[in-house]
Amino acid sequence: MNTQSNAIPESPLESHVIAPAVIPASRRMYWSVRRELWENRSIYIAPLAVAALILVGFLISTIHLPDEMRAALALDPAQQQELIEQPYTFAALLLMFTTFVVGVFYCVDALQGERRDRSILFWKSLPVSDLTTVLSKASIPFVVLPLVTFAVTVVTQGIMLLLGSARLLGSGQSATLWAHVSLFQMSVMLLYHLVAVHALWWAPLWGWLLLVSAWARRAAFLWATLPLLAIGILEKIAFNTSHFAAMLAYRFLGGPEGVASSGNRISMASLTPATPGDFLTSPGLWIGLAFAAACLVAGVRLRRYREPI
Amino acid sequence: MACIEARGLRKAFGTTIALDGINLRVEEGRILGLIGPNGAGKTTALNAILGLTPYEGELKVLGRDPWTERDQLMRDVCFIADVAVLPRWISVSQALDYVAGVHPRFDRAKAEGFLAKTTIGRASKVRELSKGMVTQLHLALVMAIDAKLLVLDEPTLGLDILYRKQFYDSLLDDYFDRSRTIVVTTHQVEEVQHVLTDVMFINRGRIVFDCSMEQLESRYLEVTVHPEHVAAARALKPMQERQVFGRSILLFDAVDRHQLAALGDVRRPSIADLFVAVMGNQAGQAQGAAR
Repeated sequence: MNTQSNAIPESPLESHVIAPAVIPASRRMYWSVRRELWENRSIYIAPLAVAALILVGFLISTIHLPDEMRAALALDPAQQQELIEQPYTFAALLLMFTTFVVGVFYCVDALQGERRDRSILFWKSLPVSDLTTVLSKASIPFVVLPLVTFAVTVVTQGIMLLLGSARLLGSGQSATLWAHVSLFQMSVMLLYHLVAVHALWWAPLWGWLLLVSAWARRAAFLWATLPLLAIGILEKIAFNTSHFAAMLAYRFLGGPEGVASSGNRISMASLTPATPGDFLTSPGLWIGLAFAAACLVAGVRLRRYREPI
Repeated sequence: MACIEARGLRKAFGTTIALDGINLRVEEGRILGLIGPNGAGKTTALNAILGLTPYEGELKVLGRDPWTERDQLMRDVCFIADVAVLPRWISVSQALDYVAGVHPRFDRAKAEGFLAKTTIGRASKVRELSKGMVTQLHLALVMAIDAKLLVLDEPTLGLDILYRKQFYDSLLDDYFDRSRTIVVTTHQVEEVQHVLTDVMFINRGRIVFDCSMEQLESRYLEVTVHPEHVAAARALKPMQERQVFGRSILLFDAVDRHQLAALGDVRRPSIADLFVAVMGNQAGQAQGAAR
């Protein structure tokens, strides 16, 4: 004990000279992700702007809300539910679409932009590995965007519900609104959808875009899309089949359990695999994840060799 | 331990040979100037040292293989690859936050101290700063990192003379102590002359001249020869002869000073004079070989 207390006064000087100088990987990851958010403010500004737009639109639409509620109450319970929930579902879909587009543009530029503006030479002068950098960039579509979408959507839907019930306060229909719109249930469904579809099912999309971004010298978006088109056309001409196109369609529009089977009815349930069990055991999910992982590994290797363009 | 040690370092881009079997050894605590014409292989050599490009041959930087052990190496090595590589969107305070967040040897207070001497505002973004200010910012970040090796590739390219002078002055006054090693490439030979402890000339992928500044000062002499002694001076096999205002100036390697003093006015050549002489001889040899 004594030796310890004796050693303390010396430690500040000592530590300055022979500091172990270790920064945990998690801290480098944290700063790398923050760096992405500094550079790409559209990650949160775009969904916030869309949310503001939705709220303004909704506020205007509440003028007719009492009439609509009365009309809805005349319908049978299932239709009632659907009609009353519709603006909330629409808001969620719009926000998901926004962050999907943000994600695509982000990924296409993520590993090309730093080479274009030569800043890669600055990033590489710091002790952050290519693996950390690529993973921090991948975390945007895989983790950050789903979380941002979730948070913005839940808050937007909450405000919509409050605006709606405030408007209905006079007519005594507030209670009906709360009875039909279950914010908690919608949020759980939304989170499940974001994790299952946006992060996991679309993983090969994000992996592919990041890979092309690491590889292409210019026009990354064209390199990401045109080869897929070319494969589809080649297959059609050579074999008169369209398995490749069907596969892409299955990946983006469908999914296990026929994700987009619902014709014209828009609801979250119709866009999400029915049960987590079926989803997690579908080979398509795991093939996609393996493809995404391969793309990221290739992206890390490419970044090692890449120079400014 | 040598800071940098290379044996038979080779790098080819397709059929173009950028590094043609370089051997070099840089001891700890030196300031080496790597000087060569465009396309001589300077940047390729630095990229190999910094683990930015794979290479053939043997290379150890601080005892590590820069290509396979790059992640560990970068904790002890820092570099300014070029001016204007700081991302344009980053603000000064973000740059400080980020480097402090990821670099174990970054001393934020020191960087703030360097910045306090400039007119750079904390909230400004890099895109709003002048080229000279961006370099000041980059230098402030780099000098606050307690690195064992600092590599500067044309750090002052495109800067006006005030910033260039300031750059090297602060590098010497505020950064360099005898335990650090600095490698710098530049075109502006005259400006680094007083900074360097060692100088290497590189041409067509080879080191063609390697000398410490002490050696350089004792070995090489330049004589403005009196017209009547020109023949005698030429007999001593000068490295190079040139004419200035009708008088012959001859550059000698390892010829006794007293002997030369009898022939004319003796003075120390600048690195630039030596560079021209060495490169001129190289070109001559190449032409001779071609014939």
